[in-house]
Amino acid sequence: MRYFTRYIPHTEEDVKEMLDTIGVGKLEDLFKVIPEKDRLSSLLHLPPPLSERDLIEHLRYLQSPVYTCFLGAGAYYHFIPAVVPHLISRSEFYTAYTPYQPEISQGTLQAIFEYQTLMCQLTGMEVSNASMYDGASSLAEAVLMASRITKKRKVLLSEAIHPEYRQVIQTYLDPDREPIILIPYEKEGGRTDEEILLSRLDEEVSAVVVQNPNFFGVIEDLPKLIERVHQAGSLVIVGFSEAIAYGILAPPGSMGADIVAGEGQSLGIPLSYGGPYLGIFATRERFVRNMPGRLVGETVDLEGQRGFVLTLATREQHIRRERATSNICTNEGLCALMATIFLSCLGKEGLKELAVMNLSKAEYAKKIASRIHGCKLNFNAPTFNEFVLKIEGEPERILEQMREEKILGGLSLKRFYPELSQHLLVTVTEMVKKEEIDRWAEILAKSIA
Amino acid sequence: MVGKKRETGLIQDEPLIFEQGGKGRKGYSLPRWDVEEVEAKSLIPPSLLREDLEGFPQVSEVDVIRHFTRLSQWNYGVDSGVYPLGSCTMKYNPKINEEIARAEGFANIHPYTPEPLTQGVLKLMYDLGLYLSEITGMDQVSLQPAAGAHGELTGMLMIKKCLEGRGERRTKVLVPDTAHGTNCSTSTIASFQMIGIRSNEKGVIPPEQVAQKMDEEVAAIMVTNPNTLGLFEEHLKEISEIVHQKGGFVYCDGANLNALMGIVKLGDLGVDVVHINLHKTFSTPHGGGGPGSGPVAIKKELAPYLPIPVIEKDGETYRLNENRPHSIGKVRAYYGNFGVLIKAYAYLITMGPEGLKKVSEMAVLNANYLMKRLKGYYHLPYERTCMHECVFTDHFQEKYHVSTLDIAKRLIDYGYHPPTIYFPLVVKGALMIEPTETESKESLDQFIETMITIAQEAEENPDLLRMAPQKVKVRRLDEVLAARRPKLRWRPSASPSLHGGEE
Repeated sequence: MRYFTRYIPHTEEDVKEMLDTIGVGKLEDLFKVIPEKDRLSSLLHLPPPLSERDLIEHLRYLQSPVYTCFLGAGAYYHFIPAVVPHLISRSEFYTAYTPYQPEISQGTLQAIFEYQTLMCQLTGMEVSNASMYDGASSLAEAVLMASRITKKRKVLLSEAIHPEYRQVIQTYLDPDREPIILIPYEKEGGRTDEEILLSRLDEEVSAVVVQNPNFFGVIEDLPKLIERVHQAGSLVIVGFSEAIAYGILAPPGSMGADIVAGEGQSLGIPLSYGGPYLGIFATRERFVRNMPGRLVGETVDLEGQRGFVLTLATREQHIRRERATSNICTNEGLCALMATIFLSCLGKEGLKELAVMNLSKAEYAKKIASRIHGCKLNFNAPTFNEFVLKIEGEPERILEQMREEKILGGLSLKRFYPELSQHLLVTVTEMVKKEEIDRWAEILAKSIA
Repeated sequence: MVGKKRETGLIQDEPLIFEQGGKGRKGYSLPRWDVEEVEAKSLIPPSLLREDLEGFPQVSEVDVIRHFTRLSQWNYGVDSGVYPLGSCTMKYNPKINEEIARAEGFANIHPYTPEPLTQGVLKLMYDLGLYLSEITGMDQVSLQPAAGAHGELTGMLMIKKCLEGRGERRTKVLVPDTAHGTNCSTSTIASFQMIGIRSNEKGVIPPEQVAQKMDEEVAAIMVTNPNTLGLFEEHLKEISEIVHQKGGFVYCDGANLNALMGIVKLGDLGVDVVHINLHKTFSTPHGGGGPGSGPVAIKKELAPYLPIPVIEKDGETYRLNENRPHSIGKVRAYYGNFGVLIKAYAYLITMGPEGLKKVSEMAVLNANYLMKRLKGYYHLPYERTCMHECVFTDHFQEKYHVSTLDIAKRLIDYGYHPPTIYFPLVVKGALMIEPTETESKESLDQFIETMITIAQEAEENPDLLRMAPQKVKVRRLDEVLAARRPKLRWRPSASPSLHGGEE
């Protein structure tokens, strides 16, 4: 069947008239420049087309069941107000390209300007770009930027950073040029080991990278650490994967961070099996010309009216080519818009309340889990909405039992930290109800016993 | 900023979200409290807590809706009309695909959901990889890159790693002047040195020049095919042979695959790696600057180096394999822009093999029709059959002191998005027009008539062009001022009042 015709409007007569105008006899003549022996003589081997109705059914069959979710680890199940999908469905937003022509793209441009402002407010930084691919690649670009600024190469990376983010940083760096030194976490507290970190600081270190809250959900003690790193002449990059935490946590900017690079998925963007997400990237004004990614700035038009444009493009690939600060072009514009709408809805009070609710739910879960025999909290430093449990028993088996009750009970940490082979990373957001936490604890207790 | 409204009809003035609202207003309902509310201060040292979210908006849901609806009305999308932005492939974005991607069983799935529960989504990705391999004539695909440039980086890192595996450390990459700007910066980030290749008078890469510059130091050539002049690189096969003979790889920027589906396979022309922009060829929306998706397709030799995880099929079971010792590693967290992959998959299934071929045929037909009809009104630097796009210049209009920029801005007054301008760099004053296959003959004719009118206006009343656009929210903007005195965020005014946040 020719279901495609609804997207391709040409009638036979149109095609004929157009070919006549061009002055060729048939469609194949337009492809004569391609050597004939290279041209395909038969159709591609692809599945036969489906109608809209059949497509819906086919894709329904590929969907996964949605369970009660105690999974986090860089991707968080938060409530998304109806306003967010509603507004981003306005096709003037989502069917537009990058705003190269500002007079016809003021909607996108003002929204990005608002996004940049919100990100600065959230992180306590001075400038934010228009977004990066995700938290991991954003953090990797931050490391590259630090090298450009300091002209130094060595990087100290906390082991309590999301393991996948660390792997991405490793891919982006050239191991011969930019050595990475891993800094372990304290076994008791779960924070990056400050003593070891400071002992590894030397004049070759370009940047120290930490995550807050870290991968274990633990809130790092940053103010003093940042001061010490600065004294040693290195930059501090703070990553994050749970942006909601900054409804209550001190922003890295206020503690002196030089670059803040993290994941914004929590801000109104669905889980979508891992993407598209939102790479947040913010820094100090003095570093702006070393920054990767697009930037929107305020200006005026011929009549003196306020308007917005893409600016400082001399950092970018389409102007600077091989001397650009990054090769990034298309970023995550629509996800940045989701975050802007989400944060506008929540506002000053809402984000704080939401953060406190996440904290409270996780504290409740911690409390009842730590009462279970054979189950204890692995780290004693304060956490936000996730925490690590040590379990007497096989985590995989326990998780399987929970799955039978339609619960995704947490993430077994063995795959990322072999030494944490009996440990679960458990996340509790506002989406989980008290009775679901109770049920989770009940199954946990039963399967340990 | 909040003051008297300007009389602009449907285009209404709208201040920044920070410049409106009032203390305590919000547009969100918190779920019911069913656990005890803890006090952050009782658990976390005060030095690690924040006092306030300074400057954050305080607006109602209605405020938010009005605000962003007004903003959207200052924008132009494919759904608004012809969007002939060359090289960006602004085709129609099917609505059903948007709806499907939002289905709960896709949108609410956590990336660490155990594999037994995600067999369907893994199958979708696995099959999409197979289909993209078939279309490009390659052996395997990674769906992970988040955009085209990210795919380039992934591909170039794989080439580098493969060469290292052979014990070679090659340092150079050949990049023709008809390549995308990202190709050059990608080479640098992958720590290669870029060597330029000059296209010939026909607008394509001369094989002799490649032969001259190709040596054992060169890791790869990065070719865009069709190139940024909208021309098919007719010597690509020969070029591939030259590069392969000296042990190098052929990287193809597949941003313009739109023109070739079902017509020719890049793999048959000797290409070793190609990235595909799903947000161009496969109809997923651009979102005003992303999210995109830039899968890379490769030949067998490069398979060991694919980024992890690789989706594998074992009997009837799909799994994510992280255990691949030669992999370049991870290029992002998780597995790819899955939400975008769903839409591309749905598009591919709807079109089928016949439909995809039709896409390329009609894209090329539209571009050639437009080129033919505008020739004579605008200077055509390369007069030959084009692929999915064609490049004009402002050479004929120069004598009236009218530039490409003026032509572009005048189009806005006529309700069109301008073409890509001043790109590719090899053409002075370029106007790069890509109509795409989803434009009908009538809409093309209308656009062509407008372009012809503008050419006449340039002659008779050039000020109309120089002063354009006049019928939009803002007139031409001072980009020099924006760059000289960067104002990259809003700041609260000295006065504590929420209103009148002017700096």
